[in-house]
Amino acid sequence: MLTINDLRAGIEGREILKGVNLQINPGEIHAIMGPNGAGKSTLASVLAGKADYEVLGGSVKFEGKDLLELAPEERAGEGIFLSFQYPIEIPGLSTTNFMKTAVNEIRKYRGEEELDAVTFLKKMKEKMALVEIDQSMLSRSLNEGFSGGEKKRNEIFQMAMLEPKLAILDETDSGLDIDAIRIVANGVNKLRSAENATLVITHYQRLLEYIVPDFVHVLYNGQIVRSGTKELAYELEEKGYDFIKSALV
Amino acid sequence: MDTIAYLKERFEQLQTNPVNQHIKQMRDEAFTEFTQTGIPTVKHEEWKYTRINDFFGKDYHFTTDLKEKAFTISDLEPLQLPGHEEANLVVFINGHFHPELSHTRSEELEIISLQEATAHPQYSVIVKKHLGHSAAYHKDGINALNTAFIQEGVFIHVFKSRTASHPVYLYNITDARNGNIFAQPRCLVHVAQNAQVQMAETFATIGADESFTNQVIELVVEKDAVLDFYKIQNDAPNSKVVTTTHVHQVGKSVANVVTVSLNGGLIRNNLNMVMSAEFSEANMYGLYLGDGQTHIDNHTVVDNRQPNCLSNELYKGVLNGNATGVFNGKIFVRQIAQKTNAYQSNRNILLSENASVNTKPQLEIFADDVKCSHGCTVGRLDEDALFYMRSRGIEEKTATALLLHGFALDILDKINHEGVRTFVEGFITKKLDL
Repeated sequence: MLTINDLRAGIEGREILKGVNLQINPGEIHAIMGPNGAGKSTLASVLAGKADYEVLGGSVKFEGKDLLELAPEERAGEGIFLSFQYPIEIPGLSTTNFMKTAVNEIRKYRGEEELDAVTFLKKMKEKMALVEIDQSMLSRSLNEGFSGGEKKRNEIFQMAMLEPKLAILDETDSGLDIDAIRIVANGVNKLRSAENATLVITHYQRLLEYIVPDFVHVLYNGQIVRSGTKELAYELEEKGYDFIKSALV
Repeated sequence: MDTIAYLKERFEQLQTNPVNQHIKQMRDEAFTEFTQTGIPTVKHEEWKYTRINDFFGKDYHFTTDLKEKAFTISDLEPLQLPGHEEANLVVFINGHFHPELSHTRSEELEIISLQEATAHPQYSVIVKKHLGHSAAYHKDGINALNTAFIQEGVFIHVFKSRTASHPVYLYNITDARNGNIFAQPRCLVHVAQNAQVQMAETFATIGADESFTNQVIELVVEKDAVLDFYKIQNDAPNSKVVTTTHVHQVGKSVANVVTVSLNGGLIRNNLNMVMSAEFSEANMYGLYLGDGQTHIDNHTVVDNRQPNCLSNELYKGVLNGNATGVFNGKIFVRQIAQKTNAYQSNRNILLSENASVNTKPQLEIFADDVKCSHGCTVGRLDEDALFYMRSRGIEEKTATALLLHGFALDILDKINHEGVRTFVEGFITKKLDL
């Protein structure tokens, strides 16, 4: 599904990703872990197409297409979703209107008919239950004045609405208490299928107790330095990132 | 003949007509003031960024009766606000009150000509006391010029302890189908004690010739009264408008003014909130969306003359193309006006390289126990928000429009009249191409 080959990227002339290789297949959950500054969020931003980041080399193929050639909205149309570490507050735009526009723009991109109001509302109701949010939150300005937990639940709600093929969760657990993590993880797990894949980016092993990965990769200094199964996450938790650093020296 | 020479000739002619002595004297004094101060140039501190004197070299003129008759009810139809069938209508054509097209439909208020009001047993006192009150706030020739030519103005009175069941719609129309037009509408509004009224005014130019409107509207708000006033400017590129909206809160009252400027050649709005009674509240909200060559200038003054008053002011602007914006917000707190709360904010988004805005908050505080704040921002569209929306599959153009709509929404929400709000929102949606 996703093939990252020797990806190098940076910001303001500084190279952050120094040759990342990764293969994700349908149905898989991958976790990328790493210390602060390793390039985790850069990787997420580059995959979603944030303009601040400059791709310096390598390639990213998504279902055979050159992802790096596509605009952010086209990537969403192809089925990529990024759950933001810091979701943006947008005054004067309700989540409902935001989602109505997004769902229909994506359908337009795929050459599908717009959803009629009834079908859209039915879909909304269904997905709201999944992440335990209510109508009043969706009528409010998007993310404005939301708590950390509400913002992350809103992200997963959006993911549920857009039904991506590849979901990238960027530090979804940061700033969340256990209850919020459980709700968010529960939503992600329910959305899992044999056709879609998830890339979980996290600093801590904690989230991986709830979203159990098939593969764990350690990103350090802009490169994936180790890959393994979920046991690697426990090892990291136990020994800390220093053990990776010392192993590399 | 240039406009200045034409104005002189017309003034002398005007003064030979029979008129109430008080008005005649006011006009005389105003014309003297006008000849001394003249049309403000960019050297005038208050007109630094707005150049209007150039236009006066052109051959503007007042209309004759004949041309006014050319404007018919069918011309009015497309310019109507929603709910006009029930609303009270005040129609100005080329600065002249048009009684046949105007209607008083609510029993809670009365609309008569200023001439009639000066002879009215009850209203003459009000006219004498309040007509021309704005002059003290405008030491430039443009306000005086309107006063010098007061003839067919309008007087609106909202009766004591009555709430107008329907709004007052004020249409400032210039018919420039047959020559350049210089129009000077004039209004005096009196909201009596414990009365409430909603007013909405629009500006429209028909025809392709030049149009210059110099409007003065003075509104007196008595004790326990509530005034809502909405100024909607969506005019043609060949229009130039200078408006002076002077709200005088003579008793403890609430005044809400919302100014929305969308299209037009040149727009200069002077808004004065004179708070002459303790515990009064003034809310001033503004939204301007300029593109093309449009110039939009909002000058506001809050004059706190008594203690314990509250004023809120928020102006938001989006400028694109070669549009220019000006915001100048003055807050005076007189020495006696302790416990004043005055808040002011101006936020701007520039969408193009050539768009610009000059924003200047000014506080002059002579009392020591007050809470005042002001702030202004000028920035680009939030790139992070744009990326966030695009990452959800929304095209850049749509995302931009949604962001701008959201930016405008909190000002739109201040329009309490649903019909007017929906109407204005329709314009904005269309303008943003949503």
